[in-house]
Amino acid sequence: MMTLTINGKRTEASGGAILDVAKANGIRIPTLCHHPALAPQGACRLCLVEVKGMRALQPACTFPVTEGMEVQTDSPKVRAARKFVLELLLSDHPQDCMTCEMCGNCALQDLIYEYGVKETPFAGDRHLYPLDDRDPFILRDMEKCIRCRRCIRACDEIQAVNAITMINRGFRSKVAAAFDTRLQDSNCVFCGQCISVCPTGALTEKDSHGLGRAWQIEKVTTICPYCGVGCTLDLNLRDGRVIKATSNWNDSVNRGVLCVKGRFGWQFLHNPDRLTRPLMRSSLWREISGTEGTPAKYDGFVETDWETALDTVADKLSAARTAYGPDAVGILASAKCTNEENYLVQKLARREIGTNNVDHCARL
Amino acid sequence: MTNSIDDLAKAKAFFVIGSNTTEQHPIIGAGMKRAVRKGATLIVADPRRIELARMAAIHLMHRPGSDIALLNGLCHVIIREDLHDKEFVANRTEGFEEMKALLEGYTPARVEEITGIPAADIQKAARLYAASRPAAILYSMGITQHASGHAAVMAVANLAMLCGNIGVEGGGVYPLRGQNNVQGACDMGCLPAVFPGYQQVANPEARIKFEKAWGVSLSDKPGLTVVEMMNAAHAGKLKAMYVMGENPLVTDPDLQHVEAGLKRLDFLAVQDIFFTETAALADVILPGNAFAEKQGTFTNTERRVQLVRRAVEPPGEAGSDWQIISAIAGRLAGDKASWEYDSPAAIMAEAAALTPQYAGISHERLEKGGIQWPCPSPDHPGTKILHVGQFSRGLGKFSAVEHIPPVEQTDAEYPLILTTGRRLQHYHSGSMTHRVAGLNTLLPEERMEIHPADASSLGLADGDMALIESRRGQVKSRVQLTERIKPGVVFMTFHFPETAVNLLTIAALDPVAKIPEYKVAAVRVKRAE
Repeated sequence: MMTLTINGKRTEASGGAILDVAKANGIRIPTLCHHPALAPQGACRLCLVEVKGMRALQPACTFPVTEGMEVQTDSPKVRAARKFVLELLLSDHPQDCMTCEMCGNCALQDLIYEYGVKETPFAGDRHLYPLDDRDPFILRDMEKCIRCRRCIRACDEIQAVNAITMINRGFRSKVAAAFDTRLQDSNCVFCGQCISVCPTGALTEKDSHGLGRAWQIEKVTTICPYCGVGCTLDLNLRDGRVIKATSNWNDSVNRGVLCVKGRFGWQFLHNPDRLTRPLMRSSLWREISGTEGTPAKYDGFVETDWETALDTVADKLSAARTAYGPDAVGILASAKCTNEENYLVQKLARREIGTNNVDHCARL
Repeated sequence: MTNSIDDLAKAKAFFVIGSNTTEQHPIIGAGMKRAVRKGATLIVADPRRIELARMAAIHLMHRPGSDIALLNGLCHVIIREDLHDKEFVANRTEGFEEMKALLEGYTPARVEEITGIPAADIQKAARLYAASRPAAILYSMGITQHASGHAAVMAVANLAMLCGNIGVEGGGVYPLRGQNNVQGACDMGCLPAVFPGYQQVANPEARIKFEKAWGVSLSDKPGLTVVEMMNAAHAGKLKAMYVMGENPLVTDPDLQHVEAGLKRLDFLAVQDIFFTETAALADVILPGNAFAEKQGTFTNTERRVQLVRRAVEPPGEAGSDWQIISAIAGRLAGDKASWEYDSPAAIMAEAAALTPQYAGISHERLEKGGIQWPCPSPDHPGTKILHVGQFSRGLGKFSAVEHIPPVEQTDAEYPLILTTGRRLQHYHSGSMTHRVAGLNTLLPEERMEIHPADASSLGLADGDMALIESRRGQVKSRVQLTERIKPGVVFMTFHFPETAVNLLTIAALDPVAKIPEYKVAAVRVKRAE
């Protein structure tokens, strides 16, 4: 253990960066490029702090603590430096928070607000990129990129895909796939992990634009419906509809990581093709009711009510069992359905029909 | 899975056979890639140069249907070179000598003949696996979807036990489960031979337990599997079917046979969220709920039971699936009250009381996070690793299993092997993913993978339409010329109803597991004019 002082308060630490030790002591140091799921980068200079004896300010995210160190995280000198960094960032950032998808959930916006940067004294060249909507799912608005490299690191460190990197040099440097192609022409797997770490509105969920912002969203934590990994998802809801799926870094199993289907594959939920009423084959309906019934949108089917549908299913299953014996009935359960539903289905087969003819797609 | 997903980060080596992990289980695939970048050794065996093969220390591109020979060959080399874990074998296992005797016939030279892998590569892979402990073996349907699938699983277990990789962190055998709740559907007894918790219907003790709980007498005769049901329907023996959330008319093998079977039924009811190909043949269609509309649990591939929470209301009159089943069962029972449950939590309470692995699991506990079964009591934390210190059956059993060739062999008439699988962007029959616009943009249609050498002799260029025929049917598909696939083998997915590859697949079943041989069918390919 070593002893150090942060903002005049003595504290002990076994090591680590100033940022970590400060956080453990309840002291917030602002960051932009730092992300707990990624290795420290030291790119944005927002976390600069004063270390006694050092001539220049030091980035707290990468600077290791040492015995006897004295740190100031919020001195006038530090605040002035941070404001300077923010003014520089603002000089090359659109000020369209009113229509920005990330308004209310933007690390840059929060810091600009906190440091009261109303306008920037720096005028000069601006990055002017058209909105890059060439790909599904991932919308790239590179004017809003602050070159923190979180997306590049997520693609590298978390997904181990490396589809994106920094192209060009100096002012022209830009996050892109090789040769600035569409992502779908690169080895991008559209996991959207880049979006999940982007601190601004540079990378956002294309299908969710305009549907709701952070404070309008309610989140419900549930489990992904696709493969057997069982990733935890947060369904983002507004007005009773799913508008986005995100994930939480602290959840077990996937620990904040998702794939293309988990993050973006929810649209089927609200598809107009969803079955909304019980249907019956027209010939069966005629047989039961003696009328033509209300045609469904599918050829050969009519709409029916739940009571008739359930009665008919029970009658027909019962009739087959009576006429041919319980083993003339087969039941397919589902690897897509819940344990509770599957328990009931096999109980129905065994208890009510009297057959063990119950299976599902485990082998398929 | 014997071990947990988190455990993979502790493995020194991975042997991936019959699993295209980065596409089928992307989160596990990414975890493995991270571990390999940090120094873990990766060995891949697959007839396709899958993404993982690019970072593998060695890629064994074996012939589809030669997994047992390959696994036996690896064990042969490990024993011959005295690389196995003798202490583990002596203390924890039985059947070693018998297996060793059989393995003597699996020399690298003979295995090369069967698998097409150079003998030197077999030796190299064996040494790599044996030298890195703990090592994890990951497999999926590439191992199991064969008429010899259950024997191949035993061959996998042999290799893991031989090197003492069972019951240890970072080791283990990972049969990656395909569907979100395929583990749970099995756990809950949706299999024809077992009640919930894998209690055999033929076992009188188990039967008495369920008879007591449910208050009726129960059949002791194991039922039919999916494919057997389709056969029985075709033969006129099965008269009525109830299908909940499945689409056998796309996903089952030999679809013409399936369609004829389903059409012969007196009655077919389908409970689903979309008007699927199977629903189109139904007499009654009941609209169910999608995952986001449900309260309940899914059990993932690491046996973790997790809470599914209702986020949105279902559309229109779509009904809760548990209530639909209860309503039908109550009518069949002639006693609706006997099928009234307050909630999915109450159903889990009943299931947990009858399922020893789930005995300590309740929705209330799951609110705080998922639990890995076996969880025998409410104060049990769940089980991260199986077979620690002792196997469930006592001693781990080595099985002497011989290579069994695929049921259908290639010949002059059908010279190519068709093997099937899935891709990242779509899922199974596509009833969900085809309704996500962006996924359709990324993968709009099927493209059969064929090696340029095979394609050129057939006069096929990239993007051409081809006619693919097996003894059971034919399908038209565009082709993709790629060296990712082994010469002599073609690959298709079953995602697209318009290129329904299961018209071609064979319904040959493993005698024990009753799993169809999706991974090997003999086909011929020609240009479609």
